[in-house]
Amino acid sequence: MDNPAPAPERQLDTATVDEAIGFLRSEHADAVTLDDRDGYEGIIVEGGRLLDIARVIRDDLGFDYLSSATAVDYLGAGDHLEMVYHAYRTSGGGALVFKAQTDRENAEIPSLVSIWRGADFQEREAWDLMGIKFPGHPNLKRILMWEGFQGHPLRKDWREAYYEEEQKPFDSRWPGGHVHRAEEKNVFGKNVTYPPDIDLGRLMDTSESAVYQSLGLGVDVERIMDKDGFETNELVVNMGPHHPSTHGVFRMVLTVDGETVTSLEPVMGYLHRNHEKIGERNTYLHNIPFTDRLDYISSMGNNHGYVLAVEQLMSLGRKYNPPTYRCEALRVMMVELSRIVNHLWAIGFWLNDIGAFFTPVLYFVQERERILDFFEAVAGSRMMCNYMRFGGLFGDLPARIKSVSNLTNDRVRDYNTMQFLTEMINERIPRTIDDLERLLTQNEILLERSIGVGVLSREDAVNYSAAGPLLRGSGVAYDIRRAEPYSIYPELDFDVAVEEEGDMYARYRVRVAEMRESVRILKQILPRLEATAGESIWADGKPGAYAPRVPHGEAYGRVENGKGELGYYVVSAGGRGGSANPWRYHVRAPSFINLTPMGIMSRGHKVADIVGILGSIDIVLGETDR
Amino acid sequence: MNLQELNQTEFPVPAELENNIAITSLSQLYNWGRRNSMWPMLFGLACCAIEMIATAASRFDFSRFGFEVMRATPRQADLMIVSGTVTKKMVVPIVRLYNQMPEPKYVLAMGACASGGGPFKEGYNVVSGMDKYLPVDVYVPGCPPTPQALLYGMIALQRKIDGQSIANGDDVPWYGVSSAEPTPVPVLGPDIIDPRQMDMIRRQAEAAASDMAGIGLRELPSITQVVTAQAAVEATADVAAPPVSTDALSFVLPTGGTPWAEAEDIREKRRQRALARKAMRATRRAASEEE
Repeated sequence: MDNPAPAPERQLDTATVDEAIGFLRSEHADAVTLDDRDGYEGIIVEGGRLLDIARVIRDDLGFDYLSSATAVDYLGAGDHLEMVYHAYRTSGGGALVFKAQTDRENAEIPSLVSIWRGADFQEREAWDLMGIKFPGHPNLKRILMWEGFQGHPLRKDWREAYYEEEQKPFDSRWPGGHVHRAEEKNVFGKNVTYPPDIDLGRLMDTSESAVYQSLGLGVDVERIMDKDGFETNELVVNMGPHHPSTHGVFRMVLTVDGETVTSLEPVMGYLHRNHEKIGERNTYLHNIPFTDRLDYISSMGNNHGYVLAVEQLMSLGRKYNPPTYRCEALRVMMVELSRIVNHLWAIGFWLNDIGAFFTPVLYFVQERERILDFFEAVAGSRMMCNYMRFGGLFGDLPARIKSVSNLTNDRVRDYNTMQFLTEMINERIPRTIDDLERLLTQNEILLERSIGVGVLSREDAVNYSAAGPLLRGSGVAYDIRRAEPYSIYPELDFDVAVEEEGDMYARYRVRVAEMRESVRILKQILPRLEATAGESIWADGKPGAYAPRVPHGEAYGRVENGKGELGYYVVSAGGRGGSANPWRYHVRAPSFINLTPMGIMSRGHKVADIVGILGSIDIVLGETDR
Repeated sequence: MNLQELNQTEFPVPAELENNIAITSLSQLYNWGRRNSMWPMLFGLACCAIEMIATAASRFDFSRFGFEVMRATPRQADLMIVSGTVTKKMVVPIVRLYNQMPEPKYVLAMGACASGGGPFKEGYNVVSGMDKYLPVDVYVPGCPPTPQALLYGMIALQRKIDGQSIANGDDVPWYGVSSAEPTPVPVLGPDIIDPRQMDMIRRQAEAAASDMAGIGLRELPSITQVVTAQAAVEATADVAAPPVSTDALSFVLPTGGTPWAEAEDIREKRRQRALARKAMRATRRAASEEE
C-alpha cells in the first residue's frame, strides 16, 4: 500500500460497509449522496467525481474487487441512465454499491477501466446496449452487437422487431386467449429505418481488412496483411466463430509474430440472444427457464442465483416465507452436483484442447450422464432443469428413480432414490475423480503442456475481476460460499480450494480439489435429507406465490457457480401491490468477465497454447453472450 | 436398410447363383453407401451442441448409424447440424459455411431455436429459424432435444436419402448440368439484410430521396395497408429526405377497433377463394369422369 497515512487506512479497509458509506459521505459530502429510494442501497456519486471516489473505494476502503458494473434506464422514473457498481473486498463481506447517473441524451460517465480493468467489457456492454459513452475507455466499441447496428437495444424506448407489448402476459394472449403473433403484423421482421443515402456496396465489402474492422485491434491490418513483400513475419490470424476449440461460437483475433502471439482480441456476441431484453418483458417466473439456458452445463446453479435475487426483493415486502430447511438442503445438493458436472466437462474439454482428444471426455461424460439421469428423474429434464422456485422448488425427490431415457442394459432403470444418491456420492463420483487424478495429475505430457502457461498474477486476477477457479488458481481464496455465505453453506464443512501459481495447471488442480470438496458437501447433505424426509419444501406446506408481485427495490443475488461468480441484478419498479415484471434484469456472467484478462494471459505464448488457455478459463457461450 | 432389402429386385436370380450375386438398382446402392457414411460438421452453436456431444459420446453413440466422423471443416462434411440459436450475427458465417460444403449436403435443424426461433424468437438479434436462410431437411423439436430425439432425426434423414433417386433431377440437383448457385450471404447493416431484398431496399431509399412519399412501402402485403396510408401522410409532412421504414410497427395503429380485423378479413377471403377453387376443380373432375 503506497498510501502515506497508514494508520487511518488500516481502520478503513476493515470498516463495515455502513461505516465505509458514512466515511464517504462525511469526507466527500459534495460528491456523494445516499441512495434513499425505496428498497435501494448504497450511494450515488456525482459523475464528475466518480474516478476520485472509486479510487478512494479501492485504495482506502479496500474494496478491491469490482464484481459487477451495469446500466439501468430509468425512463419515466427520473428519466436518467444509471451505472450501478458492486465492489467487494477479496477478504469477504458485503458489497459497497455505488451509482452514477447521467442524462439519456449524450449519456456520459467516466470510465473506471483505469481503476478496475474488470470494468472493460462491462462498460463496452453498457455502451453497446444502453448507449452510455465512457470517456477514458481504451477501446469503446460495441461488444455484443455488430458495429453499425441501429440503436441501443436495452433502452426502454427501443423496440425490437417482434415487439408486442411492454410486459407479459400480453393482452392478446391472456385472458382473451387470441394468439396474434407479432410477425403477422410486422411481415419483414425488421424495425429499421434505412437512411436515404445508405451505401449497400460498403456493407458488401469482403476484403481482408473488412473482417477486422470495428474491432479496435490497435494493429495495422492492411500493412500486416499486405501480400506484396515478405519482409514482415507478423500475421493477423482469425480464429472462430466456427472453430472446434473455441467452445462454441467464440471468436479470437490474434496477431502473431511467427508462432508467438503478440496480441489477442476476444470477439463475442455470436450467441447474443437478448436474454436481458426478453427478461424485462417476462414475469419473474418466466425467467427461471431462461436462466437454465445461460450456463447450460450447470443450469441448477443458474436457477439458484436468480431465485436468491428475487427472494431478496420479495423479502422487502410483507408476505414472504423463506424456504424450508429441506428445500435449502435440496438446493445445495443440486448445485453441488452440477458443479461436479461442470468441472468434469471443463477438464474434459480442456484436455481436448491440449491434445488428449476425446478419450478422457468419454469417461467424464459417462459420469455426467448418471447425474443427468438423476436430474431428469427429479426435475423432468436432463439439462434444462427449471427446478427452483421463489421460496421453494418445483418438487421434492421422487421415491424411486425410473428414468424413461435409459437404454435397455442400463442399470439405472429403477432405483430407490436415496440408495441411488448414496451410491453415486459415496462410490461412483469419488471413483471417477480418483481415476482422473491417477491418469492425469502427474501425467508428463499434461505437466509439460500446462505448467507455466497462461499465467495470471494475483494482482491482475483481482483487478480484472476474474472469478471462480480462474481467481482461486491465482492464489486468491475468494469463494462466495465462504466470503458472503448464502443458503446453508455456513453450517457445512468444506475448504476453499486455492493454488498459488496462476497457470493452467493450477486451475486444473483447483477444479479437481473443488470436485472433492463438493463430494464432501454432498456427504453432509445426505444425512440432512434423511433427517428431513417427509417435510415440506414450502414454508407453510403449500406452494408459495406462483407469480409473485415484488415490491419496489433492487437486489443483487450472487452465487458461486462452477465457472465463477454468477450474479443477478434485478430492479423492481414496484407500484401498487408490487410489480410482476422486472424493470431491469442483468446477469453478471462469469464467463463473460473472465475473458477480460484473456489478452494478457495469452501474450508471448504459442498459437497452440491459446486454445488451452481458453479451455482453462472454462467459458460457455450461452453465458458469455447471453 | 439391410443387405436383403438392398438385394430385392424384380429380376429373377437363378437358384444356383442366389447367394453369389446380388442385383440392385444403382440408386439404391448409391444411397446405401451415402446414408451410412454421413459426416456431420463439427459445429456447435448453443445448448443443443452439448446434447449433440452427448449423442456422440459412448452412451448414445451416433456412430452406430454411420455419423461417426465429425469434420471441423465444411469442405469434408455432408450434414450441417444447426445445434442452437441462430443469431443475426452468426447467420452470416453459417450461410458461408453452408456454401462451402460440397454437394450433396443436408441441414438438420436441431431444437426449437434452429427450427423457428424457440424461446428467444422475440429477441432483436435472433433469426427465427434456420430455414429463413437455408433449406432445412429435418427438424428435431425439443429444447434441447434429448439424444434419442436427435438420433431419431438422423434416422429420419437416412430415410429421406433412401427415397432419393439419381434419375430424378429434383432429388439430386448436384447431377444437373448447371453449377449450383450459392446461397446469398446475409449482410449486417443497421439490421440484418438479406441480399435478396437489396433491390427493394435500394428502391425504397431512392424513392425516399426523390421525395416520392409512401412509395417505399408499396410491397407490403395488404395486411398493412392501413398503416401505409398513415406512413404516406407522415412522409409528406417531412419534406427533407424522409427515412424509409420497412417496419409496420413504427407507425401508430389506428385507435378503436381491432388492428387485426383486416388481417382476419383477408384470411377469410383467401379461405373462401381456396374453397371456391377446390369446388371448381371437383366439378371439372366430375365432368371429365362423365365424359
